[in-house]
Amino acid sequence: MSESIIEESILSRPTYGTLKIVPGLAHYFLADASGAECVIRVVQELPRDMMEKVHILYVPTPGEAALITSLYAVGAKRFEHFPTIEEAVAKLGDWLSDAKMGTQLYLAGTEGLVGQGVAKGEECGLDHTAVQCEHRGSLARRVQCVHCKTMIEDVTTQPVKCPSCELLLFVRDHYSRRLAAFQGVCINAEDPTEEIEIKEVFK
Amino acid sequence: MSASDHLIPVVVSNVVEVNPIIKRFEFKHVNGDELPAFSGGAHIVVEMLDDGTKRKNPYSLMSSPFERDQYAISVRRDDTGRGGSKFMHEQVRPGMEMKISAPVNLFSLDLRAKKHLMIAGGIGITPFIAQMAQADKLGVPFELHYAARSVSQAAYMDSLADRFGDHVSCYCDDQGEGVDFETLLSSQPLGTHVYVCGPKGMIERVVETATHLGWPAAHVHFEHFLAPPVGEPFEVHLAKAGIDITVGAEQSLLEAVEASGTPINCMCRGGACGQCETAVVACDGEIMHNDHWLDEEQRASKQLIMPCVSRFRGKRLELDL
Repeated sequence: MSESIIEESILSRPTYGTLKIVPGLAHYFLADASGAECVIRVVQELPRDMMEKVHILYVPTPGEAALITSLYAVGAKRFEHFPTIEEAVAKLGDWLSDAKMGTQLYLAGTEGLVGQGVAKGEECGLDHTAVQCEHRGSLARRVQCVHCKTMIEDVTTQPVKCPSCELLLFVRDHYSRRLAAFQGVCINAEDPTEEIEIKEVFK
Repeated sequence: MSASDHLIPVVVSNVVEVNPIIKRFEFKHVNGDELPAFSGGAHIVVEMLDDGTKRKNPYSLMSSPFERDQYAISVRRDDTGRGGSKFMHEQVRPGMEMKISAPVNLFSLDLRAKKHLMIAGGIGITPFIAQMAQADKLGVPFELHYAARSVSQAAYMDSLADRFGDHVSCYCDDQGEGVDFETLLSSQPLGTHVYVCGPKGMIERVVETATHLGWPAAHVHFEHFLAPPVGEPFEVHLAKAGIDITVGAEQSLLEAVEASGTPINCMCRGGACGQCETAVVACDGEIMHNDHWLDEEQRASKQLIMPCVSRFRGKRLELDL
């Protein structure tokens, strides 16, 4: 999977770095299939005695097993995988509720996974400087319809139709860290009959 | 403009000898008015008129932020200092009128914290007494670890233990007790903020240990007021005012500038807040940087000075004042 290229935009639009181990009492990782290689890259370089401090959560692509095997093989103290980001993030919350100050969180993969991991970390009391993010894979967005508050996952088009209230939404770069979602605002509120071409732009 | 320009007239309502080296002073507004609101960790500047010399020293408020009819501070006597604490101990009596600044807080609780971990050394206990009253009322978990040299010097140790029970752990050097920072800082729940006030060595050990364990800098808070050190008198040229002033041996550069009637910003008067940062126009000699504000690079550049605590030795110092 190639490295992420995110165009410069408004300040609200998150940008991401490259995972690098920093001093800490414990190191928690959350990744999906596109981010798995980032986790393997940094964890493999750790001395064996550090593995006692490493905890990994993984969301595989359905049917894929090779990366599960590779991640298992790095020898973390805990390794668990879940079919959905939602379940993995909930598990991260369980783990962090027992965690101590000095904990570092590393997130790698698609923006939906990274954003939800950041929000969970913050909810659990992690300072943003203790959370590192590396974006890999699709630029598909998690979007909140600002009108009916429905969360729409994996949005690749501009505009997008809200599956709940059926408004046609312009996907903004305006991002909510709390909700881990881009904001979708009705694009044809003045004239709902206006026809707007839907293009695939978030690949 | 500075916080100490608008002073509040107060009357000393009580003076209590806490132990042989520490006295508590209580102040009420001369008119009996409510004093300005503050939050735990705030300090006031107390103006002392000592036989022709005007001193302004910062002291943390230890009274509850929820009681505004009076303020309380505690002062540790330092016989080797410039005389501010000695003046407070020897000259200040109940009924005396004094002037204090409005409170300023450079050491406030971070209200996003899931828990407040407070570490005090000696007289560094005072801001925590106000903070604990605040945290207790807010219902946020907190824990105080209070270290002192000896039982007899440990101001308020018994009363705090009575008042806040299990929240308070005490350590006395003369009993062979000490805080194990590594263990303490390794066992704090996520979302904890740590606050330390005490001797320089204690602050350094807490900050170093926390950093080494992976605590984010934003969760580590400390306050260390410096008393302006005494030294050799020196001459300074104030470029804008076009005057030369002399800084006396027991006077700070800030006090000498103020005495000349030249305007200067300031707030904490203890090398911590950064308000009095002043540009150096010319310097032929050595600046004794005594503050916690400038970094190594800024100090080496000889282009900035903190007049509240720093001094000069050499041929000529010219400031942009």
